[in-house]
Parts: sequence; structure tokens; C-alpha cells
Amino acid sequence: MSEQTEKIKVTIDGKLVEVAPGTTILNAAREIGGEVVPPAMCYYSSLKGSGGKCRTCLVEVSKGSEKDPRPMPKLVASCSTPVADGMEVKNKSSEKVLDARKGVVEFLLINHPLDCPICDQAGECHLQDLAFEHGLEKTRYEFKRRTFDQIDIGEYIKLHMTRCILCYRCVYTADQLTNAREHGVLKRGDAAEISTYIQNSLDNDFIGNVIDVCPVGALTDRTFRFKSRVWYTKPMDVHCECSKCSGKAVAWMIGDEIARITARKDQYGEVKEFICNDCRFNKKQKSDWVFEGPRHIDRHSVISANKYEDPIPEHTPLLNKA
Amino acid sequence: MSETTHSQVSFSDELLKEVNRVIGQFPEGKQKSALIRVLHIAQAEFGWLSVPVMDYVARLLHIQPIEVYEVATFYSMYDTKPVGKVKLEVCRTGPCMIEGAEKIVKYIEDKLGIQDGETTADGIFTLKTVECLGACGYAPMLQAGEKYHEHLTEAKVDELIEAYRKNPVANYMGQETNLNSAKS
Amino acid sequence: MTRKLLLDKVNVEGIAGYDVYRKNGGYRSVEKALKTMSPDEVVEEVKKSGLRGRGGAGFPTGMKWSFLAKPEGVPRHLLCNADESEPGTFKDRYLMEKIPHLLIEGMIVSSFALGANQSYIYIRGEYMYVLRILEKAIAEAYANGWLGKNILGTGFDLDLSVTPGAGAYICGEETALIESLEGKRGNPRIKPPFPAVKGLWQRPTVVNNVETIAAVVPIVNDGGEEYAKIGIGRSTGTKLISAGGNINKPGVYEIEMNITVEEFIYSDTYCGGIKNGKRLKACVPGGSSVPILPHYLVCKTAAGEDRLMTYESLADGGFATGSMLGSGGFIVYDEDQCIVRNTWNFTRFYHHESCGQCSPCREGTGWMEKVLHRLEYGHGKMEDINLLWDIQRKIEGNTICPLGDAAAWPVAAAIRHFREEFEWHVNEPKACMERNYGLVTEKTFETATA
Repeated sequence: MSEQTEKIKVTIDGKLVEVAPGTTILNAAREIGGEVVPPAMCYYSSLKGSGGKCRTCLVEVSKGSEKDPRPMPKLVASCSTPVADGMEVKNKSSEKVLDARKGVVEFLLINHPLDCPICDQAGECHLQDLAFEHGLEKTRYEFKRRTFDQIDIGEYIKLHMTRCILCYRCVYTADQLTNAREHGVLKRGDAAEISTYIQNSLDNDFIGNVIDVCPVGALTDRTFRFKSRVWYTKPMDVHCECSKCSGKAVAWMIGDEIARITARKDQYGEVKEFICNDCRFNKKQKSDWVFEGPRHIDRHSVISANKYEDPIPEHTPLLNKA
Repeated sequence: MSETTHSQVSFSDELLKEVNRVIGQFPEGKQKSALIRVLHIAQAEFGWLSVPVMDYVARLLHIQPIEVYEVATFYSMYDTKPVGKVKLEVCRTGPCMIEGAEKIVKYIEDKLGIQDGETTADGIFTLKTVECLGACGYAPMLQAGEKYHEHLTEAKVDELIEAYRKNPVANYMGQETNLNSAKS
Repeated sequence: MTRKLLLDKVNVEGIAGYDVYRKNGGYRSVEKALKTMSPDEVVEEVKKSGLRGRGGAGFPTGMKWSFLAKPEGVPRHLLCNADESEPGTFKDRYLMEKIPHLLIEGMIVSSFALGANQSYIYIRGEYMYVLRILEKAIAEAYANGWLGKNILGTGFDLDLSVTPGAGAYICGEETALIESLEGKRGNPRIKPPFPAVKGLWQRPTVVNNVETIAAVVPIVNDGGEEYAKIGIGRSTGTKLISAGGNINKPGVYEIEMNITVEEFIYSDTYCGGIKNGKRLKACVPGGSSVPILPHYLVCKTAAGEDRLMTYESLADGGFATGSMLGSGGFIVYDEDQCIVRNTWNFTRFYHHESCGQCSPCREGTGWMEKVLHRLEYGHGKMEDINLLWDIQRKIEGNTICPLGDAAAWPVAAAIRHFREEFEWHVNEPKACMERNYGLVTEKTFETATA
């Protein structure tokens, strides 16, 4: 099918790729892979409407297209800008991009609690990775940070709003995976927050997926809370017969015990097949699952810098820079 | 100010007619477009937007309650906490600041014995500083209900507080309009 | 003698009512357009007129109209942006309150030109009393056959209603306005797609400012060429200016775009000079978001030429020594005003009005406000000035919508032209609480002739 559609040529950081028309710059970059891929904190390919908000994926379009070679006047969000034939894009090769990205990371961090040592997301947190690669060593922000009370939204999910970067992914997830969304973004500006407004527990069958789409530690699994640092757990691909979902998941093991269940994420941290609450929260016995083998984790984050089966990737910044 | 929520929530037939007129301005299936106006109507009727009021509006428009909460907390004109019968909303931006909005705020604070954001004990007045209301040529100014009061002086503030104390009306329907403002 | 095209009848007794409006030539443009012109001919007249969007961006209206997608079988919409909220701007309110039928007449002709059969005026919620004036006028227009089915027997149908916001500056951004009109939070949309392709309810949509739509009436009546004869260069026609601040005669003025800034400030026809015999310190000529100009760049450009009340002349020198006509919110500051305080005040506004969707604006506006507050109250540090510069630089151009730029520009311009006043706040923390700095020193600009 895809061979039949006319492909168009795009160059990103000097690397040429041919993609289908309508592809975004970010997805074109992902087809190339590696260093040319801009980071993305809010875009999520399976969630319609996501993207454009966090501004971490800003890139420079130095040539609009073959037809109209003028550069675009401003940096553009690569996740929501479609490519054009002959377009030339600069990601890491643009000083302007690196400067703007540094700014975005700083903005995302000024009100972040930086409580990684006690955060369950640490080790698989996209903000942590981003700050590691693009952030400043010290903050220039000298004011009181914004805080919210942490709340339990239902039996299984903890909302730690103080850590939220307002990517809206969890809102789109509830909109698109459940039939009646019960949480959303309230208030506005830097007072905006994810909330149910009233004391409400989120208990839709698929609502647990908000934990997996959250790029930071704002939504975490209460059944895994403080059980272990993720890098001490060993991820295994598992599956089960499930009437509600595909039953394909990852079991994060501490020794012989299942510490938590998540959906399977790709190299960009995105879930392709969402799982149901039953699989996620209730099937914690080894006998609930068929074990396929160790999960390959290749995101270049803190998590991959430990004792998984595969050798530590060479581009792991922790090792290169530390 | 005594209420912390509303127990009985429903519009009169007259208001329901108005709600249906507003819904009728939009194509079939786009009734959510009426939300912002219906919330104005609800706020004028019930004083503020409690959860039962918002849930009632959600039912009227066949939308999820969270969709109402999201909107009600986004726009600055909506009150999701109880307020006085008359809100004195003093503009504090740009030209109003130049023309002494801060002094007017202070004067009202002292006169009513409340701070910005507070309501008088008798439940009549709430003082609120707001951003530009589009009356920059007639500064300083405040809005009470739907009415603009411009070229404020302390004497004018005394006068209007006196008038509102006697007749604290801020209804959605049948509000007197104000044609006093601009001179060319 | 200044020609007025929009406000010429504004002082006629009873002009807000239908009968008087009609007797004074009202709705002629609807008769002319619907009976004697095709929609494309109306668009053509608007193109010839050179009319540019009066809401602030100044984009050519005819061109915007010609971008409207016209897929078969999909309704299109015209939306009037009456969400006037840019500090310093109050012209649309004046026009709608005084002569509401002019806007309705413009909406009919413009909807006809665009092939829209259902149009809306989105008005800021605080203007609820103006909404009621408009609703009364719309009812009169329906009753007299200017709205509804088969208008003037031409087969053109149009329904028009007015719908309020509820307190959000951001809804003046056209895609936030559309979201709000759909009953949602006023979050600007990620573009593309643009409203001309997918706007209200995903249908092709044009959003125009009140004054822009009103200007279509004289353009259709007298022809685009006639309109284009007024003004200079690409600044054609008349412009409503909202004048406020330390002047003798604040108010709304309709000017031909050919007068000098000096005449506008000092002539008795307009602002009537600075109040209380004070000296001019600065001017924000186009609403709070445009760069502030120090006294020596207000009436003259850096090259020493007279500055005019036009899009081009006010922007002469770029951001280094110029500003923008913007929405025409003209704010004048006398020598007693504090620029740091004013910048803090504007920044607080943008912080308050940020929708919170994208990180640079959500976080950056609040950060700038806090730093400016510290400077204004004598707790600032010298590094704060460069910090502010860096924050605004990282907001500008990097946000979803222009609110980020609108928040960044006033800060940048204040530092660019009034750095010595900022430094004084740091060096004299006590004095800055007791008195104001006064006029800043004139600087020379090497870029002046560029």
C-alpha cells in the first residue's frame, strides 16, 4: 500500500528520508532515528489531538520546500508541522533550536519539585532525560515553586499534580479510550491543573493507561508505590488471555515477584496497545501470565544504565558525560 | 455567602425558554456552544457556580460534568465560590493604573472593611480587581453586575456603593443597560 | 477636514435604533451588494480598498477572505471578533454601543461575500450590556427583512447571533475564539490547519475584527478605490484609535491614516496634549503588546522624520526604534510615570491571561512578573535585567499563539529603551519607592537609516 503513494523527500540535520505526504517532521525524523529525533514531551502518536504544547520538539525549517524554498520565520513544533517535498530541517545542527530547547527545559523545570529521589517515575521519566541532555546545571528561578496537594484518584492511581507538565496526554487518553471522561484540565495559566474537580475516583476499565502516557511522575501506579526504584526491577514481556484488551504487557520483576504491570512501550516511550485495569492492577501473580522473555529497553535514559540483558548503549549520556 | 452549595437547582420556565433560545442559535448537535452563555445565566440566577449548578447545566446541554468544570474554572467571570450580591470589579490594568485604580481599590477596601477578593459580612459586596475591561479612556473604572462605572472618584464610589446597598440587583434578565460611557 | 467613514453619524440622535439608522443611509450596502454584485465582486472591492485587519495584526482583509476554502456542501462561517481586550483598546465597544447596526450591516455584506449563511459575533463577556444592544439591533434587522431567509428576495439566507465570552483575553486569538464559541476552554489551536480550512466545527471560517467588518460598509457603498484614496501607502482608509493615559482628551477617534503622531497627541481635534502641562515620557501606540517608545522616538523616527499614524511609519525602525499600530490602543505616559511599574503591570496582565497550554508562556509570563515585581519594589538585582531579557527572548516566537510575543515585546522594549530606569531601581531601592525616575536620556541609533 505505502509503496504506491508518492513519497516526498525531507532532509533533517543533513540526513535524507523519504516519507508519505502528511507525515510530520517529528515522525519523519523518527524514521531516520538516532540523534536527529527531537525530544517530545506532549506528542503521543496514538492520541489524536496531542502535541504542539510542550515546545520541546521545536525545530528550524531552513528551507520550506522545493517549490517555496524560503525558510520558515519561526521555529516550528516538529510534532504538528507536516513535511513538504524538499524541506530542510535543522534539529541538533541549529544553535537557535538548542537555545530555544534549553529555554523550554528551564521553563518546564522552574515549577517542578525536582523530587526525583522520592519519585516513582525516576529512571523512566522523560523530563529527567530531557533535563539531563538539555538543562542547565543550576536554576535561575528564585521564587517559591508552585505546589499542589497530592491526591488519590481512585484505588489505583496517584495524582501528584506538582510534577505535572500539562501535556494533556492523560486527558486525551480518557477522551479516546473511555466513554465518559471524568478528569480534565481546570483553571488556566500557571494555575492550570489536572483534576476531577470533585472528589471522584477514576475507575473506567482503561483509565490505568493514563499512568503509562504520563511523561513524568504526575500519575503513578498506587500498587507499585515506593516498592522499588525502577532500575532495580527486571522487565519481562508477558501476555495473557484477556477479554478486554490484547493482554500484551510488561511485568516488572523484583526477584520472583511481579512488582508492577505496564503496557509495552516503544523506543519513544509510547504505548501502541493499551491494556485494561484488570491486567494492570489485578494480575500480580506469576501464574496470571505467560512469560515471553526479557524486555528490550533501548531508550537512552537513566533506566538503561544498569543491569539489563543488553549491553549499555554507547550513546547513553550518563556514561559519556559523567 | 451563607450557602456552601445549592440543594435545589432548576431554572424557571422563563429561563429555560432563554436557554433554549440560546441553544437554538447553533446547529443541531452543537448545543455545547451555548455553554458559556448558559453558565452566565446560571450564575446570575444562583449567585455562583456550585457543583450542583454545573451538573445541572451539563444535563441541560447533554455534556459531561467535567466539560463544564473545565470551562467554568478557565474564564475569570465565573465564580466557583460564593460571592456577594454585587461584585465590584475594579480594573487595574495599564491606563486605569495610571489614573489611580490602586487608590480606588484602597478606598473601597477601607470603606467596606474588606480586602481584594473578599465579601462583606452582610453578603452584599465582593471586591475584585480585574484586568482591562476596555474602558481605558474613561479610567479609573469598575464594573458592577453588567454596568460600567467610569471616571471614578471617591465621591462617585460613595454614591454607587450607597445605591447598590439599597438595591443590590445583578440579575441576568432585565438588567438596565448603560449608555453613559463614551464621548467622542 | 477629516473624513469619517465609521463614526460620521455617531452623534445623530437615536442612531443606535433601526429607523434612524436606516433614514441616515443604513443598509444601503446590503441592497447594493445583494442586488447588484456577486460575492466575488464584493471580495474584489475589499481587495482594492487595501483594508487591513483592524484587530492588531494588520493582515490584508481581502487576501484573508480569498484564502477561505470552499469545499462543496460544507457550510462556511464568518465570525466577528468583538473580544476586545488588549489593554488600551476600547474602540470596538464604542462602535458597537453607539452604532450597532453598522456592525450588523457589515456582517451581512461580508457574510454574503464569503457565502456564509450562519454568522456569529463573539463578544467579550464583560460587554454583556453591549451584547444586549446588539441583540436588540439584530432583532430589528430580522424584523425588517435584512436577516433571515431570502433577504431582499435575492435568495441569500443569513442567520446572525451574538454570543459572549466570559473573561479571557486569549479568546481574541482567532482559534481560541473558535474553541470558546464551541463551548470550550479558550485554548488556541495548534496550526496548521488554519481556520480558513478548518475553523468553527471544523468548517472553513473567517474571523474578522469589529472595525474591519464595519469598514466593509463604506467600501461597498463608495467602492474600494475610493476607500484606498484615504491614507498613505499600504495604510489605507480610516482607523479608530482608542486614546488613553495622560492626555487632555481621552476617547475614541477616527483618523485618516495620514496625520502625524505629533498632531494626534497635541492637536485639540484629538488628544489635546499632555495633561497638566507635563512633558511626554513615552507612548504605547498600538495596545499593551506593542513596543513602548521613549519620548524622543514618539513623534520622530530615528531618522528624524515625522512619525505618522500609519502601519508603516509606526513600525519604522523595526523593534530597535519603532513600534506597531496594532489595535490602535494609544496610551500616553507623562514624565511622572514609572516604566518599571508599567511593565510589571502589563506583565501581570499577560501572566493572568496566559491559557497555560504551552510551557514558555505558562511558565515564562509568571516568572517575568515576579522578577519585575521585585525590581519595582526595590528588591531587584542588576542581573535581573539581563535575566528578564533572556526570559522574554525565550518566550518570543516559541509559543503556540501570539500571546507569548505579546508578553515578551513590552518587556523587551522597556529594557531596550529604559534600561537606565531599571538600573536606577536597583541602585536606588529607596528612592524608587518614593519618586519616579523622570525622562530617560536620549540615545542615538546607528541603525537609524537602515
